[in-house]
Amino acid sequence: MKKKSLSKKLTASPYLVWAAIFIIVPLIFVVYYSVTDGNGNFTLEYIMDIGKYKDVMLNSIWLGFIATVISLVISYPLAYIMARSGANVQRTMMILVMLPMWMNLLIRTYSMMILLQDTGIINTALSWLGIPPLHMINTQGAVVLGMVYNYIPYMILPLYSIMAKMDHNLIEAAEDLGANKLTVLKDIILPLSLPGIASGFTMVFVPSVSTFYISKKLGGNTFSLIGDVIEMQFKSANNYNLGAALSLVLMVLIIVCMMVMNRFTGEDDDGGVLI
Amino acid sequence: MGDNTIIQLQNISKKFDDEVILDNINLTIKDKEFMTFLGPSGCGKTTTLRIIAGFLESDSGQVLFEGKDINNLPPHKRQVNTIFQRYALFPHLNVYDNIAFGLRIKKMKEKDISKKVHEMLELVNLKGFQRRNIASLSGGQQQRVAIARALAVEPRVLLLDEPLGALDLKLRKDMQVELKNIQKRMGITFIYVTHDQQEALSMSDTVVVMNDGRIQQIGTPIDIYNEPKNAFVADFIGESNILDGVMLDDFKAKFSGAVFQCLDKGFAVNESVDIVVRPEDVDVVPVEEGTISGVITSNTFKGVHFEMIVDIDNFKWMIQTTDYYPVGSKIGIQIEPDAIHVMKKSEYSGMYGDYSSFSDELEHLSDITVEEEE
Repeated sequence: MKKKSLSKKLTASPYLVWAAIFIIVPLIFVVYYSVTDGNGNFTLEYIMDIGKYKDVMLNSIWLGFIATVISLVISYPLAYIMARSGANVQRTMMILVMLPMWMNLLIRTYSMMILLQDTGIINTALSWLGIPPLHMINTQGAVVLGMVYNYIPYMILPLYSIMAKMDHNLIEAAEDLGANKLTVLKDIILPLSLPGIASGFTMVFVPSVSTFYISKKLGGNTFSLIGDVIEMQFKSANNYNLGAALSLVLMVLIIVCMMVMNRFTGEDDDGGVLI
Repeated sequence: MGDNTIIQLQNISKKFDDEVILDNINLTIKDKEFMTFLGPSGCGKTTTLRIIAGFLESDSGQVLFEGKDINNLPPHKRQVNTIFQRYALFPHLNVYDNIAFGLRIKKMKEKDISKKVHEMLELVNLKGFQRRNIASLSGGQQQRVAIARALAVEPRVLLLDEPLGALDLKLRKDMQVELKNIQKRMGITFIYVTHDQQEALSMSDTVVVMNDGRIQQIGTPIDIYNEPKNAFVADFIGESNILDGVMLDDFKAKFSGAVFQCLDKGFAVNESVDIVVRPEDVDVVPVEEGTISGVITSNTFKGVHFEMIVDIDNFKWMIQTTDYYPVGSKIGIQIEPDAIHVMKKSEYSGMYGDYSSFSDELEHLSDITVEEEE
């Protein structure tokens, strides 16, 4: 018994070391900085300062939420169609979904800029067609579009995997008992795919809320998200304590959002991400 | 078409990727009948069932329900319900909600639903299980819930696709009796798919033996067993010694180098035929009294009887007796006229019925092989 548990510990040790250095220790630093001032004295001043950033924070969560919902609405039917297609179609579609992820996030976001600029590809195309140009870059819409574009694979993948696993007999059984397509979707497919929805929701929502790069490039300087504010504290304002305090609060808020989400999708979500 | 016909299949054919799965199936199913599709893996029995259920469309031919063409009717509008091989219970619903599923779609009042669900639970002996989680049920219990769920919507016809395949032998036997009782009590048509001939014989009113996408024989279990139409049916249902023979005249068959009296007639003089003799119908007698004789090459105790392989004229017979004869001894054999069944030659002639490669182990293996169709 003892020997076995030792070997188990050894197997897990590379990751434990990794987690300690890159997750636990940084988290301790975040907590430490957020409750101390520049001289290392204990203070709750920075945490109390959060109120000033309430609007930015709520706006970040709101935009992240919209991006997540849009991703879900686009991904769900796609994942369903993928899961029901033949093996070759599934493989091809999977590659198409993954393809953007092989490119760097920064490059992908730059390419979005080129598309959305006032003199960008879309507006050039519109002017050829004689349609007046649309102002898209530096708007909240552009930022949401950037979030959806960058993170949608993380929504499609868990949905696809749970739908591909779903027993087709269940759908036939429901039809057999008199259910039409809509009832099958509402009463069978949807409840059974909730763990995938929860998983995808988490994986799109969390990075969307905390992003700073997408908002900076596609939102310009017209507004900033909480991620931008935090980045500013560390890079230009050099106020580590406030940056850490904001990070901590954001983290807590995301955890609360996820807990609400998990409650909503039920307890037995084997495919979901537990927080 | 008789008045009590409920389902008719007319010239049903089906191909998957150029492979013929069903080849011109014609079948009439009577109301309140227990009909079984029996055949080996890939014979087309499940495909036929799925066509009746509406999950598959045939390439040609028609499915008639009480005389009306239902080819284009989707599954949810057909008055047939299916018990799936692996039950297909909804894992996110409890026992009650599973059984109530079809009733809620019918927009029944919750009070009536509750009454019906309890009635169904009683029918399948699962009283008090309504709040249980599906995952917490044993295979046999899940099976019962699946039956209750399908019967709750009061189908005219229940389709059962190898419903007992996943259960152990003891439970399977109990469920066979129970299913038969339920069918009688509900007074509806059961169409049952199985590859287990014992199951088919003991439960059915009518057995449809299928192979290679074609119906080989339709009949009562007794007919199928006693009067198999060809070597395939004779071999698939029970044990059979199938020999090459010649009909010398009416009631006179020659095989294994001897002439036997039989009850069959209507063959041409000297027509080549297949002769079926069941292992339990052979009388073992002293050599000098036997019509033919042979040497015992193996003998296995089976409980009720001994099962011997006997070499007669280089053909290996299976013979079952209650008396013990040692391996290597020579025995005589007599066969009563009613124990001989004469069949016309068919494409299956010569493929079955010789026990020269017989082995108990092999038989065992083929018994437990779980069948996967499609």
